[in-house]
Amino acid sequence: MSFFIEVLLGGLLSGVMYALVAIGFVLIYKASGVFNFAQGAMVFFAALTCVGIIDKFGVSLWIAIPLTILVMIALAFAIERVVLRPLVNQPEITLFMATIGLAFFIEGLAQLVWGSQVRKLDLPIEDVPNEYLMEHFNILVSQFDMTAAIVCALLVIALGLLFTRTRVGRALRAVADDHQAALAVGIPLQRIWVVVWSVAGLVALVAGMLWGARNGVQFALTFIALKALPVLILGGFTSIPGAIVGGLIIGASEKLAEVYIGPMVGGGIEGWFPYVLALLFLLVRPEGLFGEKIIRRI
Amino acid sequence: MLYREAGQFKTSYVSDGQILPIRQDRIALLTLIAVALLAVPLLASPYLLSAILIPFLIFSLAALGLNILTGYAGQLSLGTAAFMAVGAYASFNFVARIPGIPLLLAFILGGLSAAIVGIAFGLPSLRIRGFYLAAATLATQFFVIWCLTKIPYLTNYSASGVVTVQTMQMFGYQFATPQAKYLLVLVIVSLMALLAKNMIRSNVGRSWMAIRDMDMAAEVIGFRPLRTKLLAFAVSSFYCGVAGALYAFAYLGTVEPEAYSLDLSFRILFMVIIGGVGSILGSFLGAAFIVLLPIFLNMLAHSLGLATNYASNLELMVFGGLIIFFLIVEPHGLARLWQIGKEKLRLWPFPH
Amino acid sequence: MKVIKSIVLAAALMGAGGQVLAADQFVALQSYRVGPYGAGGSGFYGGMIDYFNLVNANGGINGVKMTWEECETEYNASRGVECYERLKTKNGGATLVDPLSTGIAYGIVDRVATDKIPMTMLGYGRSDAANGKVFPYVFPLITSYWNQAAAMVKYLADKNGGYPKLKGKKIVYLYHDSAFGKEAMPVLDAQAKQYGFELIKIAVAPPGSEQQSQWLQIRQARPDHVILWGWGVMNSVAIKTAQRNGFPREKILGVWWAGSEEDTIPSGEAAKGYTSMTFNTPGNYPLIDEIRKKVYASGKGNLADQGRIGSVYHMRGVTLGVLWVEAIRTAQEKFGKGKTMTGEQVRWGLENLNVDAARQKAIGAFGMFPTVKTSCDDHEGSGAVKVQQWDGKKWVAITPNWVVGDKALTRRLLEESSLAYAKEKNITPACMQ
Repeated sequence: MSFFIEVLLGGLLSGVMYALVAIGFVLIYKASGVFNFAQGAMVFFAALTCVGIIDKFGVSLWIAIPLTILVMIALAFAIERVVLRPLVNQPEITLFMATIGLAFFIEGLAQLVWGSQVRKLDLPIEDVPNEYLMEHFNILVSQFDMTAAIVCALLVIALGLLFTRTRVGRALRAVADDHQAALAVGIPLQRIWVVVWSVAGLVALVAGMLWGARNGVQFALTFIALKALPVLILGGFTSIPGAIVGGLIIGASEKLAEVYIGPMVGGGIEGWFPYVLALLFLLVRPEGLFGEKIIRRI
Repeated sequence: MLYREAGQFKTSYVSDGQILPIRQDRIALLTLIAVALLAVPLLASPYLLSAILIPFLIFSLAALGLNILTGYAGQLSLGTAAFMAVGAYASFNFVARIPGIPLLLAFILGGLSAAIVGIAFGLPSLRIRGFYLAAATLATQFFVIWCLTKIPYLTNYSASGVVTVQTMQMFGYQFATPQAKYLLVLVIVSLMALLAKNMIRSNVGRSWMAIRDMDMAAEVIGFRPLRTKLLAFAVSSFYCGVAGALYAFAYLGTVEPEAYSLDLSFRILFMVIIGGVGSILGSFLGAAFIVLLPIFLNMLAHSLGLATNYASNLELMVFGGLIIFFLIVEPHGLARLWQIGKEKLRLWPFPH
Repeated sequence: MKVIKSIVLAAALMGAGGQVLAADQFVALQSYRVGPYGAGGSGFYGGMIDYFNLVNANGGINGVKMTWEECETEYNASRGVECYERLKTKNGGATLVDPLSTGIAYGIVDRVATDKIPMTMLGYGRSDAANGKVFPYVFPLITSYWNQAAAMVKYLADKNGGYPKLKGKKIVYLYHDSAFGKEAMPVLDAQAKQYGFELIKIAVAPPGSEQQSQWLQIRQARPDHVILWGWGVMNSVAIKTAQRNGFPREKILGVWWAGSEEDTIPSGEAAKGYTSMTFNTPGNYPLIDEIRKKVYASGKGNLADQGRIGSVYHMRGVTLGVLWVEAIRTAQEKFGKGKTMTGEQVRWGLENLNVDAARQKAIGAFGMFPTVKTSCDDHEGSGAVKVQQWDGKKWVAITPNWVVGDKALTRRLLEESSLAYAKEKNITPACMQ
C-alpha cells in the first residue's frame, strides 16, 4: 500500500513539474493565439543563460536570476518584432510552424553562446527523501519535489493576481478574449505581446531552473515541451488551472501505468501513455477539461 | 512571348481535362523526365545520386502523403514517421518471410499495412480537429515506434533490434548500384505522384477539399465525413508507408526505430509547409529545400573555415531563421512562388 | 565578398570531388557536436583531432601528415549516411571512418565493404562484427558490447567472491529502450541462466528524463546490483533519481557510455560512489601532457574548454586516434614507409594491429587502454575493461588489473550471429589477404 502511495505521490509531484512548463504554453496561447512550440527551447535557453552567467561571471544565483530575466525580456522583444509582427493575421498553422523555426533558432543560439557541454545547476534544495515522511509513514517523497510543488503553487498564485488585480492583467485578459476588440478600446497589442512573452519567459526560467537542477542543464531539456503537450490537451489550451489539473492527472497516471501495467507489456510505456490517455480523453471531451468550448458555425 | 497559349485549341473533353493544358508545360515536363531518366544516371556522380537525389525523391513521396492528409484534407498530422516505419517494417517482413515475393508487391503490401494503421489512428479525427488532432497523432507516433521496438517478431528476432534489409531484387536483377536504385525510386515516385495528382482532380480530392474548408457544410451537402477522412488517412499512410519502405531499402539499408523518430515527422511537415500546403509540386520543392539546405549550410560553413562546433550551431540557427523568413515572405510556400513566376512569365515581356 | 565566393564555391563543391594531396593521409570524421549527445561528441572528436595535430607536429607518420574533414551528422542515421557518401571520395578517398553511432554504423556497414574503406566502432556497434571473416572492413576495436556485458558480470562476480556466489542474487538491468539498450540482453540472459542470478529487466522510455517509477520499482525489488545501460540524459537522471529514492550509488554499475563527466557533473553530489565500465584507465599520461604542451600551447587545441582535456570522452577520442595512427603505421611497414596508404592497406593495418605495452610506453600512453592485438578472426583485439568510480571530483580506477569476461560465451554468440548474417547476405566467410 505504501508503495502505491509513493508512486502516486511521485507521479503527482512530477506532474506539477510538467504543469510548470505547460503554464508557459497556456499564457502565450491565451494572449496571442500562438501555440508556442519554442517554449521547450526557451526553457533550455533560460536555464543555460542562468548557469552560464553563474559560471562565466562567478556571481551568485540570486544575481544571475534577475540578469536572466532581463535577457528573456530582450528575447521577447526580439521575437515580437521579428516573428509575430510580420505574421499578424496568418492562420494558426503558419504561426505554429514559425515557432518551430524559432525553436531551432533558440536552441542553436543557446549552444553557440554558451557551449554544448552539460552543466550542473545547484539550487539550495537537496534531492533526498524527506526524513519526516520516511520515518513516520515509511513513504518516500523527495524534498526537492515538494519544494517544486510549493514554487509552482506560488507561481500560479502570482500569475492569478497578475491577471485579476493589475491593469496589465486586465489588458492581457482582454487581448486573450478578442484581439480586435482589444485594439478597438486602445490596448497596444504589440506591447501586450511583449509582456506576455516576457512572462512566459519568466515561467520558462523557473521551469528551466527546477528541471535543470533535477536533470542537469543539457539539450534534453527541450524535450520537456513534448511532455507538456498531453497536459495541455487534458487541461485545455487556454486555462492555467487546467494545466495544473492536467499535469497532476498525467503525472500520476503515467507513473502508475509504468509501474503496474508496464511490466506486463515489456516496460517503457511512459513515452506514449500520456498521449494515448489524452487522446482517449479528447474523444469524450474535445476541448479538454477547462478549455473554451469550440463553437463552430457554418 | 514564349509562354503563350495562343493557337492551342482543345477539341475534345479529354484534351480539355488534361493535367497540363499548355503545350510548353508538357514539353518542359517531358524534357525533365527525359533528363531524369536518361541523363542523370549517366552523368551524375554516385554521391549526387545516392546521397541527394534518392533521399530527395523518397522524402518527396512522404511529403506528398502528408500533403494529401494535411494540405488537401485539412487533418494536421505529426505521425508521418510512424507510418513510414510501419511501411518499412512490413515490407522487410514480407520479403523475409515470403521467399521470392516480387519486390513491388512487398512495397505495396507494406503501404497497405501502413494504410490499415493509418485508418486505425485516423478514427479520432472524427471527433477532434486542429491542434488537438496534431497532438493525437503524436500518440500515434510514439505508440507505433514503441510497438516496433517491443515486438521481436517484427525484427526477425534480431538481438539488437536493428536489422539490415535484404538487397532489392526483381526478376533476378539486383538493384545494387546507385544508378539502379535511383531509377527504381524515380519510377515509383513518378507513378505515385501522377496517381496522387489524378486523385486530387477527381471527386475524391474534391471531397477532401470540401472537408478541409468547412466540414459541417460538406456534411450537409452529402459528403460523408467518416469515409472521406478515413480515406484521406488511408491514402496518405499508404504513400508514407511506401516512402518508408523505400527509405529503408534504397537509402539507409537498415530498419531501426530511431530512424523514424519525431524529428523526421517534423522534417516532413516542414517540407509540406515550406513547399506549399495543398500542392503536389510543393511537396517536391519543399523536399528539395529541406534535403539540400543542411548539406549546403554544412559545406558553406566548411568553406568559410568555421570551427565545427560553431558551424553546427549556426546551421541550426540559419535553418530556423530561414523557416521563419519563408513563412513571413510567402506563407503559401515555394509552390506559390513558382505559380507567381509562371503567371509573370505568361505576360513577359509585357508588364501587364 | 568572401561570403559570396564561399556560397559559389560550396554550390560548386556539391557535385564535385576534392583535389588529391599527395603525401597526406585523409580520414573522414562523421562527427556530431549539436543535439542531445553533442557534449560527448565534441569531447570525443576533439580528442581525435588533438592527437592528429600532435602527430603532425611531430612530423607525421614517417613524414605522412594526417588530414581530416568533419561533417555534422547530429547523430542522425540519414545525415550520417549522407556525410559518409560526401566524404568518402574527397582528397583521393577517405581511408578510415568511425561514426560513433550504432545507427549510422549499421547504415554504412554494407557500403564500407563495397567502397573498401575500413570502419572502426570503438566500443559500440555490431558486436558480431568482431568476426573478420564475415565483416572484413568493420572493426569493433578494443571491445564490443557483448564482451563488456560479460566483463560486467565477471566484475560483479569477483565483487561477490566468485561466479558461484552469484547464485540467488538479484541484478536489475535498467536499459534505454532502444536498439542500444537491448544489445546486452543476449549475453546477460545467457549468464543469468548459467550462474543462477535473477535478472530483472526494467526499460526506460527514451530519452529518459523521468525515471521515478523505474527507481521506485528498483527500490521495491531490493536488488544487489543495478546495471545502468543508458545514454545521454538518462544517465544523470538515473543517478539523481537513485539518490532521491535512497538507493546507494555504489551498487550501480554503468556501461561505458554512462560513465563520463557529462553524466556525473550534472548529477552533482548524487554521483559520488557511482561506478562505471571504461576502457581507459583514468589519470594523467605523458601523452596528454604532450598534447597540452604541443597542441594547446600553439593554439591548435580543439576543445574550447581546456578543463576537458583528459576527460573520459577526450581520452576515448585520443585512444581511437592512437589506434588509427598505429594501424596506418603498421600498414606502412608492409606497403611502403612514407607513402599514403589506401583504404585496403589501412584495413590490413587494422587487422594486424599490435599495440603492446612497449609501444604504449613509447607513445606515452602506457596503461591508458588495454593492449590491442587484432587478427582476421578477432577484429576486437582485446575485450578487456576496467571499472572506475566517481569520487566527487574525478574518476578513479577501482580495478587495478584489466577485467575480461566469459569470452568463450561471447565468441559463441558472435559466431552464431555473424554466420547468420553471412547466410542472409550470401557472403562466404573467409579471411582477406
